[in-house]
Amino acid sequence: MSDPAPKKGPGLAVWLPLGLFAGFLALVIVGLYWPADREVSSAFIGKPLPTFDLPPASDDRPGLATAQFKEGGKPRLLNVFASWCFPCKVEAPQLAALAQQGVEIDGVAIRDRKEDVAGFLKQYGNPFKRIGKDDLSQVQLAIGSSGVPETFVIDGKGIIRYQHIGDIRQEDIPLILRKLAEAQ
Amino acid sequence: MRGLLLALLALFSLAAPLSAQDMLPPAPYAYKQLADPKQEAKAQALMETLRCLKCQSQSIADSDAPMAGDMRHQVRTRIAQGEDPEAIRQWLIERYGDYVSYTPQVKPITWPLFAAPLLFLALAAFLLRGRFRRRKSA
Amino acid sequence: MIAELGLAVLWMAAALAVLQLVAGALSLRPATAHLAGVVRPVAILQGVLVACAFAALIWLFLSTDLSVKLVAENSHSAKPFIFKLAGTWGNHEGSMLMWVTIMSLAGGFVALIEKRLPENTLIATLAGQAFVSLGFYAFLLLASNPFERLPEPAPEGAGLNPLLQDIGLAFHPPTLYVGYVGLSIAFSFAVGALVTRDVGPAFARAMRPWVLGAWIFLTLGITAGSYWAYYTLGWGGWWFWDPVENASLMPWLAATALLHSCSVLAARNALRTWTVMLGVVAFSMSMVGTFLVRSGILTSVHAFAVDPTRGSFILALLAIYIGGALLLFGLRASTVTEGARFAVLSRESSLVFNNVMLCGILGIVLVGTLYPLLTEAMGVKVSVGPPYFNPVSAVFAIPMMLVMAVGPVLRWREDKGGRITWQVAVPALVSAVALLAVELLFAPNLLPALGLALAPGLAVASVQPLVGRNLRRTPLPIYGMVIGHLGIAVALFGMASEGAFSTERLAAMNPGDTQQVGPFKVTLQDIGPVAGPNWTALEATVSASYAGGTATILHPQARTFANPPGNRTESALLTRWNGQLYAVLGEEGDDGRWQMRFWWKPFVPMIWYGGALVALGGLLALLGRVARDVKRLVAIDKIAYRRERQGR
Repeated sequence: MSDPAPKKGPGLAVWLPLGLFAGFLALVIVGLYWPADREVSSAFIGKPLPTFDLPPASDDRPGLATAQFKEGGKPRLLNVFASWCFPCKVEAPQLAALAQQGVEIDGVAIRDRKEDVAGFLKQYGNPFKRIGKDDLSQVQLAIGSSGVPETFVIDGKGIIRYQHIGDIRQEDIPLILRKLAEAQ
Repeated sequence: MRGLLLALLALFSLAAPLSAQDMLPPAPYAYKQLADPKQEAKAQALMETLRCLKCQSQSIADSDAPMAGDMRHQVRTRIAQGEDPEAIRQWLIERYGDYVSYTPQVKPITWPLFAAPLLFLALAAFLLRGRFRRRKSA
Repeated sequence: MIAELGLAVLWMAAALAVLQLVAGALSLRPATAHLAGVVRPVAILQGVLVACAFAALIWLFLSTDLSVKLVAENSHSAKPFIFKLAGTWGNHEGSMLMWVTIMSLAGGFVALIEKRLPENTLIATLAGQAFVSLGFYAFLLLASNPFERLPEPAPEGAGLNPLLQDIGLAFHPPTLYVGYVGLSIAFSFAVGALVTRDVGPAFARAMRPWVLGAWIFLTLGITAGSYWAYYTLGWGGWWFWDPVENASLMPWLAATALLHSCSVLAARNALRTWTVMLGVVAFSMSMVGTFLVRSGILTSVHAFAVDPTRGSFILALLAIYIGGALLLFGLRASTVTEGARFAVLSRESSLVFNNVMLCGILGIVLVGTLYPLLTEAMGVKVSVGPPYFNPVSAVFAIPMMLVMAVGPVLRWREDKGGRITWQVAVPALVSAVALLAVELLFAPNLLPALGLALAPGLAVASVQPLVGRNLRRTPLPIYGMVIGHLGIAVALFGMASEGAFSTERLAAMNPGDTQQVGPFKVTLQDIGPVAGPNWTALEATVSASYAGGTATILHPQARTFANPPGNRTESALLTRWNGQLYAVLGEEGDDGRWQMRFWWKPFVPMIWYGGALVALGGLLALLGRVARDVKRLVAIDKIAYRRERQGR
């Protein structure tokens, strides 16, 4: 039983695997040499602060509520921190420096006990005007913050304008000041 | 003997935590199921598709991280209040972007993901088109 | 001393690989054809030398030689013996040495026993194997030296990650690597065949046992890895489509397609281009997988300690090897004439369909795994996980399994629909009844429902090829096929059952409290401290009684390790014929109650029994083929001997 004469093979399709591999290489080279950063930024920039009313985390400072952000008409910083967070200790001097320059900073203590917050503030200074106690990370989740420390610039109308992820270093201070000025 | 072991355990536990961990207990619904099994099933299904933001690659249903616990608390309490799971997902996506959802959303940036299976099927059909031209030899 | 010896032996092996490559390449030219005789012995010697190097590293770990950097960074003198041993490959450099060892041993093994191929094709294959090995030798010796010494011996080692201190580490990586790296033989065969333009049934018959061998180990390795993750991570999940898990699945998919393709080429001289391409693709996927895992380019729970320079090196190797092989494929494949033709309804076409579907799943897994990288390049982060992979892979897997049910009973080349009516009707009926029962009784979600319905039908269909045969005279490979396909049905049933019927119970309990978990009544009796060789733990004593029967005692633990510091839960499992009770001890609450987690997972062990069955099927097929080859060789020898005696 004879078959009809075998025809030539699959034609141009044989170059498909190589083509796909070239695409893969290109993608992977970009991913390896221009890696995206690993942090998750908040997608809530430009949106108004969600409504919250946190009890005080410290006996020396009042608690924190959304309404207070619209009172002064001035942009403020919202610092998400915790006493158990190591980089928060590292950024304390920078926050103190900002506070000295007249920047108003409010704090949200994530999953922290009052006594631990008190100890932290005593040891590293207290630049905060108000400190809210966020035991269930509710405010953190509501503004799209994914870790501590993070600092948000909130303008006079209560809109989130900028997010700084991680501790604030010396070289970050001019940037923060500029963002505050832009939020006027 | 038990006392010695307990002491050893205490010693090791003190030495153990290197990563910063908070001292508060987990959120109420981090490890507690909802009373209504249907609601709990809805919550569980949703939690398995939400990403833990502090972990390498785990859903909040599979993670012991405190933030994952807080997210589970949010999901469960909202479901108990009658919210729709997809609304909760959108709420989180509004705050963290598509990254927080393991279910890719149908958006311009993800259409290739959904087109890929169809593309592969079409490719397969194309490659096989010449195969079966002759059914029986003449 | 041992470390230096190991390094020296490794360098010698690398030099031999160079010799193997050069001699092999030159022997293809008539002027230097005599060099061919060098290649086989060199390949064997190379394998032996690398094995010695690996043995040296194992020795260093077993004796906890803290003057060696790798040992100091990954081991500890108080570690139990089995983890000292397994810790050899629980790190990047050691596992890379294991990779190279398996590659050389496989090449040496081929050189030792492969006698069915024309000699020049075999030489080309061994040269190809040496060429690929060289890249990994270079990587090992220049960028990942496992034998590096510390300027001063460390006082103590850093220890092994607690998550890895489990028997799974002794089993999962070695089997997985034998599988991954064993596919390099198929790669070299394919390249050799393309070079010598010798793609035919002989090539397929020669390649098949090597593919089978690697594939069996890969199946076992993935199954073991899934079970290990299941019982060690403490949440009862067995597959997450994590990038590293996908990196092991992709070679498996390609190897399964290759296996089937090989059989068609061997039996019917069809699917030549497919077979060669799959031979290249399978090991390419292994290499892509190892790149994804070690470069840190993707976030994963399983990722090795990350070093981008390693990534660059492996990337260069990928570009050379895969790019080169696919280029060769493009240039030569169009001259590979198409094999015998076949009808739409035939065994061949069902296998083509199988190939296409497997490659479809492979493509989807690759796209889904890499997609976050693509969007990140455009500044957006997305996550692609089980909600995407499960339904999309089902789109390809379900039609494939339907054809798997029917394919084995189809005739080669051409068949008539009417001939197989019963073979289609009976499984279809079984599945329809199952679907009805499942929907009426349980009404689970779509995918689990489909799985529960499909599995019994598939199981019946997989046994059908045996119907009407003389079972004592049926060749082993047929049994292999039956059991392999049955394994798929069993695993599918386990997966669907887990998805449909798992019940979870989270409860804060005091000693004396009782909870109901599915059909089990569990009582927390006591929590107390216990100590192990290098850990201490809190151990809960839980008594579990199934539907009022006698109680069994379980001991879930929360372990604390010191070197390096870390915690790990040790879940307690109670396995019955119809499922597993899974118990985990959590934290103590402020009110003194203990957070306990329980799952009742009906039929979940079927997932891994199924995987083991699939591997067993492969083993039977392999034994059958090897036995037949040995018989044939013995018979040929006998005939040659007789002829020689007569000729005298």
